[in-house]
Amino acid sequence: MTPVLEVTGLTMDFGGIRALDRLDLRVNPGEIVALIGPNGAGKTTFFNCLTGLYRPTAGDLLLTPPDGGTRRLNGLKPNHVTMQGLARTFQNIRLFPNMTVLENVMIGRHCRTRARVLGAIFRDRRTRQEEREIVALSVSILKELGLGDMINEFAKNLPYGAQRRLEIARALATDPLVLLLDEPAAGMNPQETRELDELIRRIRDKGLSILLIEHDMKLVMSLSDYIFVMDYGKKIAEGTPEEIRTNPAVIKAYLGEDMDDA
Amino acid sequence: MISLKDIGKACIIALWFVALTFPLMVIKVNPIDRIIIWRWHNMLWVGLGSFLCYLAGRAWLMRREIRLRRIRQGLEAELPQRTPLSRRIIQDPVIHRPLLAAGALFFLIFPLLFSTYQTNIMITALMYVVLGLGLNIVVGVAGLLDLGYVAFYAVGAYAYALLNLHFGLGFWTVLPIGGLLAATFGILLGFPVLRLRGDYLAIVTLGFGEIIRLILENWNEFSHGPSGISNIPRPGFFGIQMSLDHSITYLYYLMIAMVVFTIFVVNRLQNSRIGRAWFALREDEIACQAMGIDKTRTKLTAFALGAFWAGMVGVIFAAKTTFVNPASFTFLESAIILCIVVLGGMGSIVGVIIAALVLILLPEYLRAFSEYRMLVFGAVLVIMMVFRPQGIIANIRKTYRIGID
Amino acid sequence: MDYFVELFFSGLTRGSIYALIALGYTMVYGIIGLINFAHGEIYMIGAFTALIVSTVLSIFGFPLPAIIILTALAAAIWASAYGYTVEKLAYRPLRNAPRLSPLISAIGMSMFLQNYVLLAQTPDFLPFPALIPDFDFMEPYAGFIGSSDMVILVTTTVIMILLTLLIKFTRTGKAMRATAQDRKMAMLVGINVDHVISVTFIIGSALAAIGGMLIASHIGQINFYIGFIAGIKAFTAAVLGGIGSIPGAVLGSFILGLTESFATGYVSSDYEDVFAFSLLVLILIFRPSGLLGKATIEKV
Repeated sequence: MTPVLEVTGLTMDFGGIRALDRLDLRVNPGEIVALIGPNGAGKTTFFNCLTGLYRPTAGDLLLTPPDGGTRRLNGLKPNHVTMQGLARTFQNIRLFPNMTVLENVMIGRHCRTRARVLGAIFRDRRTRQEEREIVALSVSILKELGLGDMINEFAKNLPYGAQRRLEIARALATDPLVLLLDEPAAGMNPQETRELDELIRRIRDKGLSILLIEHDMKLVMSLSDYIFVMDYGKKIAEGTPEEIRTNPAVIKAYLGEDMDDA
Repeated sequence: MISLKDIGKACIIALWFVALTFPLMVIKVNPIDRIIIWRWHNMLWVGLGSFLCYLAGRAWLMRREIRLRRIRQGLEAELPQRTPLSRRIIQDPVIHRPLLAAGALFFLIFPLLFSTYQTNIMITALMYVVLGLGLNIVVGVAGLLDLGYVAFYAVGAYAYALLNLHFGLGFWTVLPIGGLLAATFGILLGFPVLRLRGDYLAIVTLGFGEIIRLILENWNEFSHGPSGISNIPRPGFFGIQMSLDHSITYLYYLMIAMVVFTIFVVNRLQNSRIGRAWFALREDEIACQAMGIDKTRTKLTAFALGAFWAGMVGVIFAAKTTFVNPASFTFLESAIILCIVVLGGMGSIVGVIIAALVLILLPEYLRAFSEYRMLVFGAVLVIMMVFRPQGIIANIRKTYRIGID
Repeated sequence: MDYFVELFFSGLTRGSIYALIALGYTMVYGIIGLINFAHGEIYMIGAFTALIVSTVLSIFGFPLPAIIILTALAAAIWASAYGYTVEKLAYRPLRNAPRLSPLISAIGMSMFLQNYVLLAQTPDFLPFPALIPDFDFMEPYAGFIGSSDMVILVTTTVIMILLTLLIKFTRTGKAMRATAQDRKMAMLVGINVDHVISVTFIIGSALAAIGGMLIASHIGQINFYIGFIAGIKAFTAAVLGGIGSIPGAVLGSFILGLTESFATGYVSSDYEDVFAFSLLVLILIFRPSGLLGKATIEKV
């Protein structure tokens, strides 16, 4: 099976510091893949390279849609990466606080719609039609994610867990092939985490592939089909949850960290 | 409410300002004739002024604090029970419809009621309304601080002056050309600078504005230098010759049409896919890009559309004064337009219109006040930022709201 | 060759004045990340205060050395007071506001101060008496460097050295560096950040005022508008050197002063200001971190 997302030899240098060192990673269609590792291992840097916010020093990023036709994401600007089908959420929530929940999701539709300046001024039939479709689709996504009764709230007034879900909704609105979630469960209570677990499965069942960074091991182990572990910018292990649980290198990385913390 | 302690503090503040302004306000020297003029009375004014200003500011702050405390204690709902008057006027159709009709009627019959002189002033004010609305797209909606906006105004004015001088093109031909030329300039200038951070962008646009003015001043063969270009024809009306009075009235109605057109377009732009993207860009650039919005292109659109209005008004300006020279396009002009946008409330169309009318008309009608014009403009910028950053009329952006079933 | 040397020294003189102003920009930017648009106006107010005080003193019959010292002191003190007041009124309330708010406030302050001086004094140019006499010992070099150029160069050098010592070795200097690196952290370790910011404005304003006095006496006339162009040029110098960096501001100022001097001397003086503005635009576009500044990466 061709992986939907394939990363080979990804390297990122900041000045003299090598933040990512020849990383390889694959996400197969319909899989939930987790990327774990101690704090400062370079996970978010990896996401930033993937989504075009940083320009990687070396390596290849390939995205293959189900109908074939592999696309290279190297060096693309963030918005083009999203256009190609890679959408993300942020570790520290980055919503548009002074826009409504609905508008936040509508922004996600931006890259899949076309109305230009003249359309905006004349409001021709196509523009109006497009606008209606944007609203309808956004509303349906919001309802699916359980935000249906908050549509008209400002994003900043939402409770924390709902803000996290709204970020996912906004990313889904861009019609991604692969959804990148950066610590989606951070700061959530057990109840919210359980709901998140279900939500991610539901998204996967609709045919999306998911790559997530997460510290909540219970969630990672229950969700993931496959896990990559990194430390100090290097991949130290990969495998199914069972394999990772017993992998000595992983245990060392985590235990080592624990001992440092103590 | 104001305690003795506050009065004491106010006295100290007053003394501080008296001492601070002493050399500049009290002493005036003539170094050649070696004369000193002492203006002791100014000390009194400064002292009294700062004393009262402090107390007024203090009272305002105390009121706000008390309200905040009550909100914290849950004595008062967080949202004010009574919506502010300005908002009520705008939102309630029962109030705003007659008001709007009265306003429209007033503007329609203005030239019949008032002298040509007054009409001329009103034309200027209306030009600033359009300039304010144009800059509002850039600064207010998209959040890009453009300090060189006057450059696009100059492009429009010189486009008409030069195209008319060399090719004999008329007003109506140049009006769209001026707008498009300014928009092109906006794109050309915007392309390299729009990736800069907000404050650098402000300084670079300021630099561009000054460069264009200095080029107009020094490149004699092209722009006729500081003496400018005169004898620019007023706008024609199907080739009919008009007296000065008539042509001013004509220009007035043309300007009214222009304002209506601008409001219509700007309003539609704000409530569109592009307007949403502008607003989102102002909120969080990185999130915007991650959502697939092309940052540069979206900003360029805002820049070009803002410049477009400045270019059109520039053409009208050249036609109105029949004369252009670089002195009309200094940084000060950009600052005045910025002041209109800030006072009006960034992003608020109604606010910008009111602010433009107030800021341009008031100094004209209060003659005594007119030499303090720029002083007040400066103060307005500071005071608005410190006390009311949302402007006189906070932008009530039309948000998408739908019924929940 | 003589012409070259003359231009060289005149460039150095220009550069030192730019440096005195640029330091204020760069220090303030380093600490609160604000382009203090009103800084040029502080320099202008320094020059006006110097003019007023020196004329009054000379009419009262003070001897020249006393006039010079007292004028410098008065200009520095009053300009600092203005700088301090401006920060308190227009910037401090906006410390946590969106980034553009303090900049707009600064532009407003600049317009306000300009017109305040225009109204309180005069819209016309005022002649500024030459404070520095032609020294006899400078006679042989008068072809390339005037006495007042010499005084400007020496004064600037001394001030730079003092400033460097202050920032390197005193408590205040250390507090300033700490605040520039991380304001929150500085606050947590017990540095009074408000105080540090005030001190920064006071020092920057005093330097600008000395610059204003020196250049006004050198050129021989002032008006309310001199702060705008001087401010932009000094800001250009600060950006050229890398805004936030003190050695950068000095380096940038001398580069700008020398290039301007040679460009006007050998090419043409018509586009003197265009040159500075273009340089500003080009640096900001192609190397916003300047020569000695550090590039910043936004954390996501």
